[in-house]
Amino acid sequence: MTALVNAIMNIIEIPMRFAQKRLGLRRIAWVFLLPNLVLFGIFAFLPVVLNVIYSLTGTDQVMLSDRTFVGVDNFTTLATCANHLDPNTCTQDLFWRAIYNSLWFVTLQVGFMVGLSLVTAIILNGKIRARGFFRSVFFFPVLLSPVVVALIWKWILQREGLLNAGMDAFGLTPFNWLLDRNWAFIWSIFLSIWAHMGFYTLILLAGLQAIPRDVYDAALMDAAAPFRMFRRITLPLLMPTMIVVLLLALIKGVQTFDEVYAFTGGGPGSATTFIIQYIYETGFAGTPRLFGLAAAASILLAVVLIGLTLIQLSVTRNKVDG
Amino acid sequence: MGKLFTFLTRTRGVGRLHWTDWASYAYLLFGVVIMFGPVLWLLLSSFKSEAELQRFPPTLLPYAQEMISIDGYDKPLPLFEITSGEFAGARAGQVRRIGLVSQLVRPEAPKDIIKVPIADRKPIEGINFAFENYGDLFKRFDFLRYLWNSVFITTMATLIMLLVNSMAAFALSKYHFRGRSTVLALIVGTLMVPQTVVLVPLFLITRELGMLNSLWGVIIPGAATPTGVFLLRQYMLTIPDEILDAARMDKASEWKIFWRIILPLSAPAIAVLAILAIMWRWNDFLWPLIVLSQNDKFTLQLALNSFQGQLTTQWSNLLAMTVLVLVPIAIVFTFLQKYIATGIASTGGK
Repeated sequence: MTALVNAIMNIIEIPMRFAQKRLGLRRIAWVFLLPNLVLFGIFAFLPVVLNVIYSLTGTDQVMLSDRTFVGVDNFTTLATCANHLDPNTCTQDLFWRAIYNSLWFVTLQVGFMVGLSLVTAIILNGKIRARGFFRSVFFFPVLLSPVVVALIWKWILQREGLLNAGMDAFGLTPFNWLLDRNWAFIWSIFLSIWAHMGFYTLILLAGLQAIPRDVYDAALMDAAAPFRMFRRITLPLLMPTMIVVLLLALIKGVQTFDEVYAFTGGGPGSATTFIIQYIYETGFAGTPRLFGLAAAASILLAVVLIGLTLIQLSVTRNKVDG
Repeated sequence: MGKLFTFLTRTRGVGRLHWTDWASYAYLLFGVVIMFGPVLWLLLSSFKSEAELQRFPPTLLPYAQEMISIDGYDKPLPLFEITSGEFAGARAGQVRRIGLVSQLVRPEAPKDIIKVPIADRKPIEGINFAFENYGDLFKRFDFLRYLWNSVFITTMATLIMLLVNSMAAFALSKYHFRGRSTVLALIVGTLMVPQTVVLVPLFLITRELGMLNSLWGVIIPGAATPTGVFLLRQYMLTIPDEILDAARMDKASEWKIFWRIILPLSAPAIAVLAILAIMWRWNDFLWPLIVLSQNDKFTLQLALNSFQGQLTTQWSNLLAMTVLVLVPIAIVFTFLQKYIATGIASTGGK
């Protein structure tokens, strides 16, 4: 293995030595940057430009030369509604349903998740035995694949599943959880919190541990009550971390797809269809493949994400600058 | 148990546990049940036979009816206990069942067939792990192919990503050239356009490069990550430039400096990035779902998702497969937990 790696590296060195002779010590940096920039160019920058072109053209052809220019028609189609509060009156009713679902989902999921993560982080930061063990217990679902997470909970929630068995034991009637619109939505939120809260707990815990001990010691000298110390010291000093956590959770929450898609398939009906699933189904899963509509919806999503990311970057700028 | 209790109730300071401590431990134990219980339940269920999985309410451990070999019968017979009547309390193997009457033989009298109403006998069950759930995956399902696809994608993508990103990080941390801040800004810019918002054009580009339904179509588009470049660059900035100057004195080429000096010195950061990359790729779902539409190119995640939609797939195989998809990540987590936690905390996720 090492011999193979050495051989490959020695082969690469021949052109690199040549390039160094020709370009000199400063410009050789560009050669090191080249592979990365080529990949970014083809798979990150070019798609942004193409996305705009797609959103302004129609037909189900994927080749740009076969597509006809339609102006802002795709955006108009997405936006046309007799009454924007009622998705049934929209031309793309699924799009509006997905937007409302996503809004509800993000609000509830982010709210509960950040709250729970904060509680968990504060408890883990206290005088706790076996802290490492408890921390990993909350953290490990972060590493599970979305499909695995979905199947684990599907198995528990199915008709003959563990939860229904528990309800049966208490004399309650077993229930088909995922066939009910509201319950499917609630369980999707639960599932997503279960899978991701460990990540935010970890960040908040790091934030709590960065608060210097002597601040608390000083407060203890002044005989401050525990709750007062929490409100006057912990919360303000944790605020920057909290904002980062909130923004990260929002950015990820808006893009929720994998685990819920594997969990409910977006159903029953469209009860758990979110914005990414709309893009996926419009552009890739359905026929005809409406690439233009999917691209237009992507651009609207991108605007939201860019806004959130810019705020996040300005909060964490000191981390990014080298 | 007593020892454990004293261990858990011992406090750092003086005196007994405050009620908030009790509340904390209650919360944490509840957390253990909610977070860990479902996975444990999946593991136990994956060893149950299909018939056992249908049972409601379910049992904790996998059971199956015991079988008994009796002289004069070729195959082992299912074992029952007779609950009432003349032979109450006896154990017997069932030869056949006709309507509501079951014909049984006792091992001590193999010739003597007794007839008992089916209500008067109950099956004798023992714990039995249905390992065939796992065996089936290799025999009836193309599990090894999916495994290979996943392993290939994960390995190649991680290697390419490490090489490409560390080269870029090296250039951005150790050289002062015109345009460096522009490049840095561009890379920050890519943070704002996650794959999810450029799916359509990315699909076209991948198609034009002839990589649809190819494992490379999953590997290449994600090979350059802003997160990876930044993580490595932050670390390389801490390596003193004097080392490079010394190597240049010795006529080492820049490439040699990169892979003989900088790469080994950045090993901790590279290890963190490697672990993250392995997890991202192993668990990746949406992009493979779009690129790979042929069954024989599916990754484990795609196969698992498509199996759960098929009527012919049984929970017994599905659960076993879920466990096998989970195991590599569980192993990685157990051994490299510290790196994962610091890595994820320092990069802010993906």
